[in-house]
Amino acid sequence: MRDVAIIGVGQTKFGQLWDKSLTNLAVEAGVKACLDANIDQKDVEVIYGGTMSGGLFVNQEHIASLLSDFSGFKNIPSIRVEAACASGGLALRQAYIDIASGLHDIAVVGGVEKMTDIGGHSVTKALATAASQEWEAFFGATFPGLYAMIAKLHMHKYKTTEEQLAMCAVKNHKNALNNPFAQFHKKIQVEDVLNSTMVADPLKLFDCSPVSDGAAAVVLASKQKAKELCDAPVWISGSGHATDALSLHDREDITTLKATVEAAKQAYVQAKIGPKDIGCVEVHDCFTIAEICAIEDLGFCKKGEGGRFTEQGNTEIGGRIPVNTSGGLKAKGHPVGATGVAQTIEAVLQLRGEANGRNTNAEIAMMHNIGGSGGTAVVHIFRR
Amino acid sequence: MTVSKFWRNIPQYYNLIGKKCPECNSYYFPPRDVCSQCGNHKLEEHKFDGRGEIVTFTIIRTPLMDPEGEVIDIHAQTIPYILAIVKLEEGPKLTAEIVDCEIDEVKIGKEVGAVFRKIVEKGPHGVIQYGYKFKLVR
Ligand SMILES: [Zn+2]
Repeated sequence: MRDVAIIGVGQTKFGQLWDKSLTNLAVEAGVKACLDANIDQKDVEVIYGGTMSGGLFVNQEHIASLLSDFSGFKNIPSIRVEAACASGGLALRQAYIDIASGLHDIAVVGGVEKMTDIGGHSVTKALATAASQEWEAFFGATFPGLYAMIAKLHMHKYKTTEEQLAMCAVKNHKNALNNPFAQFHKKIQVEDVLNSTMVADPLKLFDCSPVSDGAAAVVLASKQKAKELCDAPVWISGSGHATDALSLHDREDITTLKATVEAAKQAYVQAKIGPKDIGCVEVHDCFTIAEICAIEDLGFCKKGEGGRFTEQGNTEIGGRIPVNTSGGLKAKGHPVGATGVAQTIEAVLQLRGEANGRNTNAEIAMMHNIGGSGGTAVVHIFRR
Repeated sequence: MTVSKFWRNIPQYYNLIGKKCPECNSYYFPPRDVCSQCGNHKLEEHKFDGRGEIVTFTIIRTPLMDPEGEVIDIHAQTIPYILAIVKLEEGPKLTAEIVDCEIDEVKIGKEVGAVFRKIVEKGPHGVIQYGYKFKLVR
């Protein structure tokens, strides 16, 4: 396997972007990434695009062809990758494997989702397709409902509190203030979270990530090309990918995302490091409880300690392990297919020292991207 | 859900018919065709009697709505409703509503039993769809 570097990044603003189509968003991110990498369209050899459901969100499938066509990458191979909300992270991994194998030397990895063209009801329905339709959704399960059941059991077993959950949202909103691409630039307090509308006990509206439009793209290159083209490449030093039961009820332990544990193990082994070596991490906080589970399952604290670990300030910028310096899914926004790629961009900006106002001086960074309620997990480790 | 998909699920939805692996004695509900424990693909039918306990639960408070604020959730008539993961006596877990009780009565660890109820009043094809829900054992 050859070494692979990230040599360019580009993202759109996240939010309700009524004036932009899925194509506009994807092309904007891709062009920005190529400009950042200082390469021409003709240098790109292959595209990997992560999108959860063009079909349900904008009635458009065959996204692979659309991406290469409108980005001006004529006739090159283009692959659309789908793993629900982990589509972007998995696209990165598939492109990594491609370059590492020696097949191609330069790839563009894109992630895009256009979610606000359809109504809230249809969005929730589309997102619910990431859960089991026959055995969860039919019986009344919604996505907030599934994560609420994880939260309820976590609180029962480990005495995690609603305030501790809220603290994840408060921190992520604070971090997003310094991220110009974030959907929200609004400081919130623990009380704001606790007083927001109850969605599914114990999760309230401010425990949930928003519905967003947005795209993100990175340029990957082989070692030789990276050294030719880039002064400050960021290296992918570990890549992990694992699956678990599609339905939450079929998991061994409801409060552990085993896919996260397994994917992290692969990435740590490949990078020859452990959790203590990570300088900052972007985790998949689609709900506040998901951030608590993630920091436990990635090994930053023991199972059950995530709430207290957060309350003690360990996950703040300046703390032991800064979590979601970008604002996370909660405040940066969650255009599902774009999320894994956007997390990667935050890791790259941190390692380059370009995360203005939120720099952590990290030497090693990590991203963690989840599909559904934990049926897929993708973890990557990056270094300077 | 289409009519054929609905009819296909009747044994499971109406009578909790799942699978059992004769090789390693693993039980499956929802049913599956290959044993996750030993790989055996000749699983036998098993009718679960529906006794179990609550592993975790939530109260679904916010129905799905369209942009004009009109409620269109197929489960909306029953909001707020109690959704739980129930562990059956034989071992498998499933997701279902808990009914016939006050919200305050539901606790993790409480014993429950399956009941047969209407799940959806009006499906996309105008059929009433039935299935299992659970109630507390008193
Ligand atoms: Zn077996």
